[in-house]
Amino acid sequence: MEKTLKEKMITCLLVGLFILVAFVALFPVISLVVASLSPASDLMRYGLSGELFFSSFDFQNFQAIFGTEGSSYWQWYLNSIIISAVLIVLSLFFSSLVGYALAVYEFKGKRFVFILVLLILMIPFEILMLPLFRMMTAFSLVDSYFAVMLPLIVAPIAVFFFRQYSVGLPKELMEAARIDGCTEYGIFFRIMAPLMLPSFAAMAILQGLTSWNNFLWPLLVLRSNDMFTLPIGLATLLTPYGNNYQILFAGSVLSIIPIIILFLFFQRFFIAGLTSGGVKG
Amino acid sequence: MGTTISTEKGKPLGTPNSPRKRSSFLYSKKAAPYIFVSPFILSFLFLFLYPFISAINMSFQRVLPGQVEYIGLRNYERVLNPTFYTALQNTTVYVILTVILLTVLPLIFALFLNNRLMKMTNFFRAAIFIPALTSVIVAGTIFRMIFGDSDMAIANQFLSFFGFSPIEWRYGAASGMFLMVVLASWRWMGVNILYFLAGLQNVNHDLYEAADIDGANVWQKFKHVTFPAIKPIVIFLTTITTINGFRMFEESFVFWETSSPGNIGLTVVGYIYQEGIQRNDMGFGAAVGIVLLLVIFVVSVIQLYLTGAFKKGDS
Repeated sequence: MEKTLKEKMITCLLVGLFILVAFVALFPVISLVVASLSPASDLMRYGLSGELFFSSFDFQNFQAIFGTEGSSYWQWYLNSIIISAVLIVLSLFFSSLVGYALAVYEFKGKRFVFILVLLILMIPFEILMLPLFRMMTAFSLVDSYFAVMLPLIVAPIAVFFFRQYSVGLPKELMEAARIDGCTEYGIFFRIMAPLMLPSFAAMAILQGLTSWNNFLWPLLVLRSNDMFTLPIGLATLLTPYGNNYQILFAGSVLSIIPIIILFLFFQRFFIAGLTSGGVKG
Repeated sequence: MGTTISTEKGKPLGTPNSPRKRSSFLYSKKAAPYIFVSPFILSFLFLFLYPFISAINMSFQRVLPGQVEYIGLRNYERVLNPTFYTALQNTTVYVILTVILLTVLPLIFALFLNNRLMKMTNFFRAAIFIPALTSVIVAGTIFRMIFGDSDMAIANQFLSFFGFSPIEWRYGAASGMFLMVVLASWRWMGVNILYFLAGLQNVNHDLYEAADIDGANVWQKFKHVTFPAIKPIVIFLTTITTINGFRMFEESFVFWETSSPGNIGLTVVGYIYQEGIQRNDMGFGAAVGIVLLLVIFVVSVIQLYLTGAFKKGDS
């Protein structure tokens, strides 16, 4: 009897601790939503006062986005959606091919290619960004969707992940398919890719998240207001010269929505995927 | 004459370069893996190898629009200046703090979450993961409001409640560092907890029973059973956090854009951006990048050596 009482107390303590942790994790997001529904001028002057109820509830900030003042905001949104959608499709396609090949085939140079993947993972992109930027300038690609997407199209982290996942694919199916006259490409697209769906879901979130929140590279290659992605556009409102705080707050809230939808859609696979990618060496 | 006829005759019968034979080669088991990895090889050559060589090359040049001139080691001599040391110092402090916070705390939280007496674990997992979905700009906007300069801002109200005087968070070296570390920790804590939770699934439960029979206490069980099982994740997370720490730019950008008072928020990548892009001194920026790469390389080797990743039989 005494033991169960002790156990109950431990449960209470643990749950209590995690309610606190969850509160710390969620508080900033909740207060952003509250802030977006309060007058923007007060916020810039006083900061967040931490009130989780609405003193003066209004939709002015959201109305500002729909009004003419914030006309670029939807363009930023559209840019982010186009870039992220294209990147998810392209990077999943290319990275899965590479990762799959590294896992299921024996070929000359396989080990070398895998070492290159790991090498790129270890070397920060920031060291390559100036030459890449110069390259983009030389080809007049600055201020285009293509320039933003290019460095993310074959993502080494996704290649690594798909490789780890593909190692567990049933290779007997490949032999059976070959005997039936299926080509190597047919084997991938018709048999293996469907088996790899959970890993595609996991990487769709990871690549979507990376692209949606990507900042430094787009900051370099995007020049005109109408080409900005959401983070770059919102960052311009954060500067001392940015004077439209209404769009900053309401726009920040709306900017999280697509990624939350993507996350909720694939969540189940994501947590499993995130972990299996990092754990096995 | 005779030779011409024989080649014309021979061709349709399938010499090595006839179209039909070539396409069947493309479909063969030998060629397929190379075609599969070709996108990566192309991206490696054009998006990694070329820029990498180019970065090294640029670091010995003065790059001006339309003209490029080799200036030997002068960029590197210029790198070793007080501003760079400030940037490197800020970055190093940031790396040390984030590595400690983002390894130790997530491990403790994961151990608690993994406890069999814990309830509502799925809800807590989801809740602590939400911050990772926000972009650094959105998160930074909120943190700027929470840590606003006025007495009314929540962080300062909190300080006043405990009898401290309000702080202008974005104007002091220590509080500025605090802001960057808190922002990064808030965003990545949940992800790291999930990594540890996954690692804890690998622990062999029979070992706990054996340890109980031997009369091991909680600490001994952690040290001899739990920790060895999650050690690969500890190594993985410290390596990733270190590299991400040295790459840091955005956490500083959301608080101060590119100019912080007394460079309290200047990071090495921020310095590359300032010099290479804003001042258009690409050669110098490239040299800073190469120095950063050397720093990361040395730190990673030391780290891997200390964590025993080089020892044989560990894989």
